[in-house]
Formats: sequence, structure tokens, C-alpha cells
Amino acid sequence: MNQWKNFSKGFIKENPVFVLLLGMCPTLGVTSSAINGLGMGLATTFVLVMSNIVVSVVKKGIPDKVRIPAFIVIIATFVTIVQLTMQAFLPSLFKSLGLFIPLIVVNCIVLGRAEAFASKNKIGSSAIDGLGIGLGFTFALVLLGGIREILGSGKLFNLTLYSENYVTLLFVLAPGAFIVLGYLIALINRIKKN
Amino acid sequence: MSYFVIVLGAILVNNIVLMQFLGVCPFLGVSKRLSTAIGMTGAVAFVMVLATIVTYLIQNYILNRFGLAFLQTIAFILVIASLVQLVEIILKKVSPPLYQALGIFLPLITTNCAILGVAILTIQKEFNLLEGVVYAISNAIGFGLALVLFAGIREHLDLQDVPKGLKGTPIALITAGILAMAFMGFSGLV
Repeated sequence: MNQWKNFSKGFIKENPVFVLLLGMCPTLGVTSSAINGLGMGLATTFVLVMSNIVVSVVKKGIPDKVRIPAFIVIIATFVTIVQLTMQAFLPSLFKSLGLFIPLIVVNCIVLGRAEAFASKNKIGSSAIDGLGIGLGFTFALVLLGGIREILGSGKLFNLTLYSENYVTLLFVLAPGAFIVLGYLIALINRIKKN
Repeated sequence: MSYFVIVLGAILVNNIVLMQFLGVCPFLGVSKRLSTAIGMTGAVAFVMVLATIVTYLIQNYILNRFGLAFLQTIAFILVIASLVQLVEIILKKVSPPLYQALGIFLPLITTNCAILGVAILTIQKEFNLLEGVVYAISNAIGFGLALVLFAGIREHLDLQDVPKGLKGTPIALITAGILAMAFMGFSGLV
């Protein structure tokens, strides 16, 4: 397969959030600001790339019947690495992402790529697939987080854009997550059609 | 902490789906019909309570005792995955009708972040075992409440004239947003 196509499919055509509708919990849960979205996206990307590589390395040694539990252990290992690293070096980000870091384990995107792609393909293309899908996920999270941050707190990446007197607080609260994502998906559907 | 506060807090104020965004995948996936929503709620409640008890015991009697707290994520997900398998096997033998009702939902539950989420939250909030069980049951009820309400609305939504671009997932998400807004009315209750 063409490696560029393999890499770029994650952004629009097979975007995990907007098109495949996977990994909705972190998408909605952490995107109250663009920076949180970026942190979560990159953490997930790391887990995706590493678990894709390991799964494609060991795929021949794993009996078919126990492959899902084996994949989950591989994924959980990398999630723990991310969790401990972030706790040590980025404590404030770790605090604001909270529960959603250990929950990368149950993110359907990661297990989905391990099962659907890495268990059938070579190491190189598995790594590129993980990177592409991960960055597509990051793109979606930053977009959603950015829109919510601009509308809800008048800032973008913590830079003030306009006075707090004019913000619609709803957008950084729970309902805003659902509503903004709903309209974004409608928009992406429209773009894909053309 | 009083049990009343835990119950009310988990069901209404910090509703697991609409306020904490745990278990959104089944919330969107199986909410098209009321009957499947009820089946899913039953399966989630069953596994959530069991998983909370087992993970609580593992955390306090194995991981903490031997200084292995960093293995929490790996240990918990393995416990939940094997618990789901075990429940499936036992139900199949012991109660075929219950298995018929919950069976198709059980495999989906392993990747339901509400289960792992509640297990971790129980540890983080430093509940004792009884409080943890109450917390898990309340969260299951909260999950069921959100799911059943949402399924009811979606059944009606099928009959409405939705703008073409918003059909399907977008309108479902916007509806969920409005439902979340309604639940915000409960904040400050406890």
C-alpha cells in the first residue's frame, strides 16, 4: 500500500472521531481546552504507535484464541508508561486529564487498530498506520477543544482573544461537548460528500 | 460520607454519562431502541458492581500490600476482561433466560470505559468496600437513567423531520447535549 495514503487516511477519510465514531469518551471528556486535547491526542498517539509496533512484531507468536487479552496487556503496558511519565514530568496536564489517561486502555481506537491492522501487516506500515490514526485523533481533539475554548472562555491555547464578559460558558461545560461535536460531524459529512 | 450523598451525587449531579463522559460508546451505540437500552443497563449494572468489588479487594489486599500500585491499570483491565468472560460462562450454564437477555451485550462491556472508570474512581475517592458498592450501584442506575431517557427520545426522533445534514449521529449528539443541559439543573443539589 502507498505509505502516504496509509498515513494520511486518519485525518479526514478514516478519522477515528468524525467518521468512525470511536473513542468518544476521551473526545468529549478532555476537550474543554485545546491544550488538553493536544495532550490527550499525543498520549494516545504514543500508545497507538508503540502497541501497533509490538503487536505486529509478536503477532506470529500469539495463538489466535487469546489474541485480544494479549493485545490488551500490550496496550495497558504502554498506557502505564505514559501515565507514570506524565505524572513525573507534566503533573498539571496529568491532573486535568485525570481519569482519562488510564482509560486509554479501553479506547476502542487502539484495540481496533491492533486487531484490524497491526495483526495483519508489517512493522513499518503498522507504525505509520498508528501515527496517522493517532495524529488524526489529535487533530480532532485539538479542533474540538479549540472551538470550545474560544466560545466558552474566550481563549485559544491560553491566549486571551476577547473579554470574558462575552463568553458562553456552556461550551466548556458538559453539554457544549456534545453539541459542538454534533455540528462538527455534520460539517465533516458535508465536506466528505463534495 | 453519607450514603445519601453518594447515591444522589452519582445518579443526578455527576451523572456518569452526561457529566463525566464515561460509557459514551454504548450510550450512542445501543440507544436506538428502548428494549436494547434496558438490556445493556442490566448487563452494565451486573458487571460494574462485581468489578468494583473484585478490583477493590485486589487494590487493597494485593497491589497496596506488595507495593505494586503502578500495576493498577494492567491489573484492573485484566480482571474486568476475565470477569466478563466468567460471567458469560456462568450465566450460560445457570440462567439461560438471563443469558439470552444480556448475552449479546456482555462482550461489549470489556471496552466500556464506565466499568474501568468506576473501579478506578472508587479507589481514588478512598471509599470503603460498602461505599464502593453503593457508588457502583448508583452509577449503574445513573447510566440506566441516561440511556433509557435517551433511547426514548431517539425513538421519537425517528419520526421527526430532521434536517438532512444532521440526520443520524449529529442530531443524536445534539440531543445528548440538551439532555446534559437538563441534568446541569441538578448541580448544587448535594
